[in-house]
Amino acid sequence: MTSYVARRAALAVLVVAGAIAVTFTIAHAVPGDPATAWAGPHASATQIARARHFLGLDRPLPVQLAGYASGVLTGNWGTSIHTHQPVLSDLAVYAPATLELVIAALLIAVAVGVPLGLVCARWPGRAADHGVRAASIVGVSMPIFWMALILQLLVADRLKLLPVAGQYSPDLMFSHPLARRTGFDVVDALITGNWPMLGSTLSHLILPALVVAAYPAGLIARMVRAQVLDLVGEDHVRFARSLGIGDRAVFGRYLMKLAWNPVSAAIALVFGYSLVNTFLVESIFDWPGLGSYAANSVATLDIPAILGVTLFVAIVYVLANLIVDVVQAALDPRIRLR
Amino acid sequence: MIDTDVGASAPVPATATSRARAVARAARSSPLLTAGGAIALVIVIIAVAAPLLAPFPGDAGTATNPFAVLRPPSAAHLLGTDQVGRDLLSRVIYGTRVSPLIAAYVLAIAAAVGIPLGIAAGYFGGWLDEVIMRITDVFLAFPPLLLALALAAVLPASLTSVTIAIAATWWPWYARLIRGQAASVAGRPFIESCRALGIPRWRILARHVLPNSITPMIVQISLDVGGVILVASALSFLGLGAQDPTPEWGLMVAQGQPYFPTAWWLVTFPGLAILITAFGFNLLGDGLRDLLDPRGAILR
Repeated sequence: MTSYVARRAALAVLVVAGAIAVTFTIAHAVPGDPATAWAGPHASATQIARARHFLGLDRPLPVQLAGYASGVLTGNWGTSIHTHQPVLSDLAVYAPATLELVIAALLIAVAVGVPLGLVCARWPGRAADHGVRAASIVGVSMPIFWMALILQLLVADRLKLLPVAGQYSPDLMFSHPLARRTGFDVVDALITGNWPMLGSTLSHLILPALVVAAYPAGLIARMVRAQVLDLVGEDHVRFARSLGIGDRAVFGRYLMKLAWNPVSAAIALVFGYSLVNTFLVESIFDWPGLGSYAANSVATLDIPAILGVTLFVAIVYVLANLIVDVVQAALDPRIRLR
Repeated sequence: MIDTDVGASAPVPATATSRARAVARAARSSPLLTAGGAIALVIVIIAVAAPLLAPFPGDAGTATNPFAVLRPPSAAHLLGTDQVGRDLLSRVIYGTRVSPLIAAYVLAIAAAVGIPLGIAAGYFGGWLDEVIMRITDVFLAFPPLLLALALAAVLPASLTSVTIAIAATWWPWYARLIRGQAASVAGRPFIESCRALGIPRWRILARHVLPNSITPMIVQISLDVGGVILVASALSFLGLGAQDPTPEWGLMVAQGQPYFPTAWWLVTFPGLAILITAFGFNLLGDGLRDLLDPRGAILR
């Protein structure tokens, strides 16, 4: 087990090193001169030359890559052109809101996707199966920025069922101010017993989380269906059924457990998908997370911020994959002994 | 059925005709495949016949109508008009010429890069395999869309940049997929007998390894059409792709967003076009997978 974890961790480190090289390469694929951009529109030639020296752009490329890599490792991720803050501290400010949104979305996706997949596998080829399959394909075909706008207009703006945007009602900050403990608003409201704030944060969370959940829910439903259909023909399932154990118990209890295998294997992937999908959704809901930060950086062509977000999400994704692999290996010796 | 083709020189299990026959059989048995194929066909027909179908073909370009701005759907403008008075229906129709075409370019480039690299890695193995696979590892360390977004952000905003950005991040999936197939084909006896007969390497690769490893690729490419359309429209929505007069659906949604509460049609119809197109191609890909590669993984 230890050697398996060590091997996977070493691979993850290599991949992160490669990711750093890739973001560095992208930074140097910028057509036009970053020094000119940095110095501003009316800078003189000497100012641009000083900017070039200040940004280290006059050094050889390998030296620049080494400098960039050691900067990334020591916490110097560059300075955002737009916010004038260090990129890493910006990321730390925006990350909790995004993690909250993505985790809520994945909980919804699992709660919806797993039962739907089981229903499909129980009655394959029937109307329910075709219906759920078509719905799951709609889920993975959905332009989520569009879904966000439509739901916002219908549910929040017209029907007034849920708040339109934001993380909580601003009025509550005066009557029931939120104490900062973890940076996760829902958790903070919960552990400080701030019930009005908890209700407000949850109601603000539902709509964006539903939008982000659409893709993973469809994917999970399809994977559970495929996995369970594979298992139904296996000897141990046929044995259980031949013993007279009812379908409800076979599907609801035994196969349900086995259906978790593909779900847990794919959880890192859908986590990565959802993180990136927040780039398209958060700014629509005025959600103060990495997605809004990324969308703003893209709109203002803030290259250091864009590359910082890219690298950060890639590292989080690599870590998520590593954790999932280790957990799976801990649960299933066949994986670690391979 | 007995194979009467005497000239067959190698055991190629799935010939073009048997595939076509299988497709026809599945069309009868799989409603999803038939529906997806029908949607995809209609979209291609609309794209080809756009100048005939669009009521105001000029509105897909630089034309503006300052006296007919933000009109709701009516008999004259079935889907209404946009913020500069262009007929939305015409623009949505011409949109079938933008996103699906980008998907075609992206997939062609990704396949052209990924297939040779993957075949070489799988067939030759050794250090070549190591190098190519470690490179793909790094690319796959980024969630889909993320790297394309970063690359498109540093390139000048245009459809060419979007195509390059997506293709540059898409090929590693294909290289990996076909590498696994090629590696398993390379170990089979008929390849060994090819080598023993002294058939040149490139010929073994092109005539024997490639045709026997290509089926999962065909399935994956058809499954990816919808995905690329979604990614491309998302990049245009963020302002990284198509620029104003281009009737790109994602860009149209972004442009309609400020007017959305009062002019619902601006956002609704272009987005619906993206959804229907991606849905049609995804149905088609799903059906093809059932048909050609029933044991294929649900994930890429």
